[in-house]
Amino acid sequence: MSTLSSAVTAGFDVEKIRQDFPVLKQTVHGKPLVYLDSAATAQKPSIVVDAIRKFHEVDCANIHRGVHELSQRSTAAYEETRTKTKKFLNARNEAELIFVRGTTEGINLVSSSWGRTNVKEGDEIVVSAMEHHSNIVPWQMLCEEKGAKLRVIPMNDRGELILEEYEKLLGPRTRIVAVAHVSNALGTINPIRQMIEMAHQVGALALIDGAQAAPHLKVDVQALDADFYTLSGHKICGPTGIGVLYGKTKLLTAMPPYQGGGDMIRTVSFEKTTYNDLPYKFEAGTPNIAGGIGMGAALDYLNRIGLDNIAAYEHELLVYGTSQLEEIPGLRIIGTARQKAAVLSFVIEGIHPHDIGTVLDRQGIAVRTGHHCAQPVMDWFHIPATTRASLAFYNTPAEIDKLVAGLKKVKEIFS
Amino acid sequence: MVDDLYQEVILDHSKRPRNCHSMDDANRRAEGYNPLCGDKLKLFLKVEDDVVKDVSFVGSGCAISTASASLMTESLKGKKREEALKLLERFHELLTTDTPVSKDLGKLVVFCGVRDYPARVKCATLAWHTLKSALTTNEPEPVVTTE
Repeated sequence: MSTLSSAVTAGFDVEKIRQDFPVLKQTVHGKPLVYLDSAATAQKPSIVVDAIRKFHEVDCANIHRGVHELSQRSTAAYEETRTKTKKFLNARNEAELIFVRGTTEGINLVSSSWGRTNVKEGDEIVVSAMEHHSNIVPWQMLCEEKGAKLRVIPMNDRGELILEEYEKLLGPRTRIVAVAHVSNALGTINPIRQMIEMAHQVGALALIDGAQAAPHLKVDVQALDADFYTLSGHKICGPTGIGVLYGKTKLLTAMPPYQGGGDMIRTVSFEKTTYNDLPYKFEAGTPNIAGGIGMGAALDYLNRIGLDNIAAYEHELLVYGTSQLEEIPGLRIIGTARQKAAVLSFVIEGIHPHDIGTVLDRQGIAVRTGHHCAQPVMDWFHIPATTRASLAFYNTPAEIDKLVAGLKKVKEIFS
Repeated sequence: MVDDLYQEVILDHSKRPRNCHSMDDANRRAEGYNPLCGDKLKLFLKVEDDVVKDVSFVGSGCAISTASASLMTESLKGKKREEALKLLERFHELLTTDTPVSKDLGKLVVFCGVRDYPARVKCATLAWHTLKSALTTNEPEPVVTTE
């Protein structure tokens, strides 16, 4: 079987969608490319590539500075992305949305600016056992600097956070809870709405790493009541080097600037400098203008397809992929949460992921192998690494069949 | 094709690695770690009168790194320290340059396919980096990484 039969996918024309992605129309090592590494970076539709090209060919100018036509055009295009992002995340206003390089910078901005001001010796910061290194290391650095303590929410064998243990970790010393909406290594969708509420009950803030959630789920920062929510443009079909940090206005207003420079100031003299309003207070220097414009095009594209449609289709793919992989003897899926995004992380007995990745690559199949920047997750499952096939809405059931055939070839070589 | 990389000898050594055990009376030890893929390796050497009398390893890694460690241990026994370091140089050239294959390499030539897989060079060299640190540093138990 290589077609999905449900009513959900009947109206989803994946072949038409694939036409939007030039990169998918190529062969690798003589085989049609099967791209199953979207959790690392998502591919870019033509609309994004064209928007970046148009900026460079037609509108290129610095923003927020010039009175000339080109500067006004580029400023308008860049700022329009902020408006689109506001809609995408359902933020209250544009001032709550800060453009950053990506999720990593979003987290570092909060740990540096909010963290240095608000975290004191003896305070506690809570992260989870399934965090990406980017949501562990900035907090560890802060703890080291301030003499605060990092506490870790454990998970179960399925790769689900244990909420009873989380509750025990929370207390009057908890200052912030930093947790992924969706795990990149396991695919687990965490119950962040509940987790944010629990953090708030003890007076702590919550930062959500949305890098893996934004491409797959509808996010509503107001409904979640997230204090900070951050994402990367390149995971949502936009370019690399651009992302968004959402923060509640009252928190951002009270926070000191993250970096100093142009654009983040109102007045500068050697005696005293006054800072710009939100969000510019946190955007020093000429930003990634082309990236911001490209991300805006990506948001348009995702909105056109609809995140609900994307989520439903990807879920079908996940169910199909899971059932096909489970039939391979000796294969174990790592991460079997009941609420899961389309990530298939697995190990095969006696065969190292690197060897799997190389053999698949020679068949045109791109997967990620390694620890996925989540070494504590690997340690927890007592494995050095996994092979990860991460799916997107432009993947097809036939590609999953190719993955399965590829894995059979892997087993032939190493049996 | 991928068979050029996974030659029979490599598959054989990855499935049945030789000298794969720890050594209580080793007088030099080193650890190697490839942070990119999580491969870990412990190397044990018994060096007497500047000659490698015995060598063994334990660790977990991919087929390339395991086979490389296994074949390395086979080719080192009885070699002088200088000869071992020279062999390391030849091996590194085999993986990273187009120079003609040195006849000193013996069985190690099976790794010639690795040069077409740049992402896998570190797998093949992990054991050798570890060897270098075991033979050249004064620390009793150095740790090296491929990064």
